[in-house]
Amino acid sequence: MANSAILDPTSERTLVERERLARPASLEGLTVGLLDISKPRGDIFLDRIEERLIGIGANVNRYMKPTFAKPAPVDLRHKIATECQVVIEALAD
Amino acid sequence: MTLPVNNTGAAPVLPDGFVVVVKQECETCQTVVPVLEQLADNVRLTVYCQDEPGFPESPAAIDDTSLFVSWHHEIETVPTLIKVENGVEVNRTIGWSRAAWESFTGVSSLAPDLPPMRPGCGSMSVDPDVVDELRVRFGGSVLTARRVEVAAAEDPVEMMFNRGWTDGLPVVPPTEERVMAMLAGTTRAPSDIVATVPPDLVEITVEKVAIAAVMAGCKPEYLPWVLTAVGAACTDEFNMHGLLATTMPVGPVIVCSGPGTRAIGMNSGGNALGQGNRANLTIGRALQLVIRNFGGGRPGEVDRAAHGSPAKISFCFAEADDTSPYGRLAGEHGLDDGVDALTVFAGEGPHCMVDQLSREPESLVKSFALKLQGVNHPKLIMMFDAIVVMGPEHARVFADAGWDRERIVAEISSHLNRSGAELVRGADGIAEGVPEAFASAESLPKFRPGGLMLTYAGGGAGLFSQIIGGWVNGDKGSKPVTRPVVY
Repeated sequence: MANSAILDPTSERTLVERERLARPASLEGLTVGLLDISKPRGDIFLDRIEERLIGIGANVNRYMKPTFAKPAPVDLRHKIATECQVVIEALAD
Repeated sequence: MTLPVNNTGAAPVLPDGFVVVVKQECETCQTVVPVLEQLADNVRLTVYCQDEPGFPESPAAIDDTSLFVSWHHEIETVPTLIKVENGVEVNRTIGWSRAAWESFTGVSSLAPDLPPMRPGCGSMSVDPDVVDELRVRFGGSVLTARRVEVAAAEDPVEMMFNRGWTDGLPVVPPTEERVMAMLAGTTRAPSDIVATVPPDLVEITVEKVAIAAVMAGCKPEYLPWVLTAVGAACTDEFNMHGLLATTMPVGPVIVCSGPGTRAIGMNSGGNALGQGNRANLTIGRALQLVIRNFGGGRPGEVDRAAHGSPAKISFCFAEADDTSPYGRLAGEHGLDDGVDALTVFAGEGPHCMVDQLSREPESLVKSFALKLQGVNHPKLIMMFDAIVVMGPEHARVFADAGWDRERIVAEISSHLNRSGAELVRGADGIAEGVPEAFASAESLPKFRPGGLMLTYAGGGAGLFSQIIGGWVNGDKGSKPVTRPVVY
């Protein structure tokens, strides 16, 4: 008996795997981007992170999403990618 | 029923002369055997039999148990008599009629003992049990989705659970036969692009939406509603990505209206928001399966809901717009009456509004206002929209008083205004509230303009309505999107 088949419900996309850069030994002299997702009091948290990063010799760029409810616009993502060497990716609520 | 597999090539050319298609099971076919013998003596005759290779014994028939010839030549009745010239059909007649067969073939005095006419029987090639399979086998596949083979000893339902393709409930296996049958529900081509689906942002075709609709349990006639819902949800205004990613317990609520809702048997009456109606349940589920399986939006991944809601499996209902005293939501959003339409709204599960004593509209609007003040938090305003699903017994109070939609919304809203002092953070000893900047405002509305929407559905008994609270609204979050249904 022939085996039955079903149709794939997924998008069948092939993911492009991109290798990460090696983790830097030190943040000294590197530019770190901090993205404020526009949630209340997020700035207080990020102010403190910025202070700590500068304390260990890093440069800090601050960015902000127009609204927490939507993904960051592509132009903003490009700006961050071209202006920073290090990204701290985190989610809090 | 398993059909013998052979002859899967192009449409067969019929031999010149006369062709008759019969099946032994058909009494009329048995009756005309003497006629066939008579014709075989006089004209060039070819007989095809659908069920018994040995029938009739004379004249000998060609085996069409695969239904290859019958399907390609669109035989709907047996016997069918076809005249063929140069490989092309010239004419056909169905069933037995002495007059028709004689004039058709030019042979006179056909079987004088037989009654002058007898209707034929249904062709096996249009048997509802096999027609989907035949369409796939002989029609040439127009589907491009990857085929995933199911092992003989594997249960396809379990297999789909294992692959993470379900919402936690079993799904219907999307076989090619079922998906082809589903696609008959729309005039759109399977390759048509419907939308770009978040969070993976991949363009989805009608075919892939049909696969989700099969899995959800839809009937083909629901497909246009599913396609329209997917198109409406996957827009910048609706912001399905944000709705998926939020920690709040919200999902796409689909409000349907128009005569088409009744044609496909949607429920706008008793238990309209509940279980038991296939169209209501499966249309909403199909949209969510598109987001999950095609868009890649799964709980614990991009879906970060703190609690979620049973309404995220499916939340779709019809308005009773044919009996509504104040029109329908799609009308509020500018669509003409009689146009099938749906609205997608970023909402949570429904909350019951009980008021069994108000017989005057002035009293009832105050009850609605008290209840609506609580949407998400009584001290948070303007950020969230809401839909009122008013039951017939509440709506009658307003109808009897001659209040229309605008008046009902305006009167409810007038009781929702509160001062900044009451709402500000810290007021009443509650840290939550509006920012300090609003503290001195005299009167603040609960809802933004258009943010309080009215629909009409529910059973005839029960002085209740339902409130569907929204998510972050407007440009910063999600706007309700209303669209006419595209068939």
